[in-house]
Amino acid sequence: MYNYPDNTGHFGKFGGIYMAETLIPAVEELRDAYLHFREDAEFKAEFADELKHYVGRPSPIYHAKNWSDRLGGAQIYLKREDLNHTGAHKINNAMGQALLAKRMGKKRVIAETGAGMHGVATATVAARYGMECVVYMGAEDIQRQAPNVFRMKLLGATVVPVESGSKTLKDACNEAIRDWVTNVESTFYIFGTAAGPHPYPMMVRDFQCVIGNEAKVQMPEMIGRQPDAVIACVGGGSNAIGIFHPYIEIEGVRLIGVEAGGHGIDSGSHAAPLTSNSKVGVLHGNRVYLMQDENGQIIETHSISAGLDYPGVGPEHCWLKDTGRAEYVAINDDEAMQAFHNLCRFEGIIPALESSHALAHAAKIAPTMRKDQVLLVNLSGRGDKDINTVARLSGITL
Amino acid sequence: MSRIDNTFAALGQRKALIPFITAGDPSPEMTVPLMHALVASGADILELGVPFSDPMADGPTIQRASERALKKGVSLRSVLNMVAEFRQQNTTTPVVLMGYGNPIEAMGWDVFAQRCDEVGVDGVLTVDFPPEESHDAFAHLQRYNIAPIFLLAPTTTESRIQQVAKLARGYVYYVSLKGVTGAGNLDLSAIADKIPQLRQHIKLPIGVGFGIRDAETALAVAKLCDGVVVGSRIVQAIEDSTEANVIANVSALVSGLKQAVEQA
Repeated sequence: MYNYPDNTGHFGKFGGIYMAETLIPAVEELRDAYLHFREDAEFKAEFADELKHYVGRPSPIYHAKNWSDRLGGAQIYLKREDLNHTGAHKINNAMGQALLAKRMGKKRVIAETGAGMHGVATATVAARYGMECVVYMGAEDIQRQAPNVFRMKLLGATVVPVESGSKTLKDACNEAIRDWVTNVESTFYIFGTAAGPHPYPMMVRDFQCVIGNEAKVQMPEMIGRQPDAVIACVGGGSNAIGIFHPYIEIEGVRLIGVEAGGHGIDSGSHAAPLTSNSKVGVLHGNRVYLMQDENGQIIETHSISAGLDYPGVGPEHCWLKDTGRAEYVAINDDEAMQAFHNLCRFEGIIPALESSHALAHAAKIAPTMRKDQVLLVNLSGRGDKDINTVARLSGITL
Repeated sequence: MSRIDNTFAALGQRKALIPFITAGDPSPEMTVPLMHALVASGADILELGVPFSDPMADGPTIQRASERALKKGVSLRSVLNMVAEFRQQNTTTPVVLMGYGNPIEAMGWDVFAQRCDEVGVDGVLTVDFPPEESHDAFAHLQRYNIAPIFLLAPTTTESRIQQVAKLARGYVYYVSLKGVTGAGNLDLSAIADKIPQLRQHIKLPIGVGFGIRDAETALAVAKLCDGVVVGSRIVQAIEDSTEANVIANVSALVSGLKQAVEQA
């Protein structure tokens, strides 16, 4: 039976708690609180109720028949996380952590964000529960994702631009950790992905598993069986682990994680630590595959999608890669853009650039498969936030 | 006995002054001259920061120093070479490397520990490696009798203090505030309350750092512990100086701190 992490937060050699001493008691307090409330009937009931009535779950599964027919192979089904309140899977986790923060008596929440979807989700639940909210966002991402910055402000959050380092997601993480160290007693850090120090990889996964748990019921209802493969994009990897995890022990279902190949793995300009065979290292509280130079300095990553633009990946994906249960591939910027446009034109759905990586890989392998085979793609978010980026890359001024 | 143990033994009741600089800041060529200047101005132990791309526990001052050093190509390998060069003239002042775990992971703890022994590093403090995750790594350090230096914080619980007490060598570094390096608002009474709790379990000397900005706070803190660590204030002075006057400016600052600490 698959039962990870162990009680010290390790997935094999990955994961753990690599944090400065000041934060260790906070991480332990969080772990103890989470281990208590994950078994608490009232907590579980409130979480389920909020997911149903506030988030709008369950999210449907849609058969992208037009696109599948054009590709001429396997049938592509989409798990519609883009239809959640706030437009992405991020709200599942933000809601779970906010309910935990409420029970721990924390009145102030902080978050890091890349594409802005986790920041918007956190600002949303903070407004919902009357909490102060501060979101750290790389200055470059603020440029790329201006609409989401304004959404966060409308929701009452303070958005702090991070000017250090590469001015993207990893630097936003650094700055949020600094805030947490300083305000450790009053503040709950709503971490956005299934990475970081234990218990975050486990906790975020558990909150996101609603995606896979629903799909496991929905697919047999729709097609009488489970899909042949489940495909999801992987930055930190929260939407992917959320849909993969419930399928880990179901034989015959391939699990395929799609990393950001940027300008191509060989170019070195990408954000694909698993596909590029990066060395194992330690960053942001956990031991994972990590993009770094020969001196152990973290290198700058590149992806068209801010949400995948991160040098590491969650520890459970590292473990699933090593054990062979999941496979990981990369999709380049231009392939993701092509899938973005195709889904817009053939299905009337504007996908997030992050999710477009998973779509692009489905489009790549579908023609090699039989027409009665099924690919389930996690459409993790909607693409409204990306229209400025797409317009700019297409040479269009809005 | 190690250089660190010898240093505290020689100090007796007097308090240690432990300045921190980032290796390679303002330039790789200046680091060894700065180390000698720190010793000449009264430093008892040197903490040498190993620059890292993502210094999560540091405030903006030390982060900028790291970025300056990395831009000039400084690596863990070159920092070890700087220590070797320093040791050509100084064989008594302890040198502690302070930084984050990943550059060491990339080198390999076995190679790193051996190099530390060869060049004359006395202690290693990895900010993001708590005791729970450090057993394998520190076994390599122990083989060469290099002291693992641990941080303790205002938030550290009694059971964790006991755990650190078993593993720590040399001295223990108490972080005097909740925050990153260089933050303000030092709470002296909180330090005064915490140190006796630490001493119940920690038999090693206790150094206190984070937030010490001038002679006055250095003196007040020195009265409560065995050593005073000053980092961001010195790194700020380096940033504010030119290559021509950096040695003089840092020497003046550290001499002032030394005079204060000696009154404790």
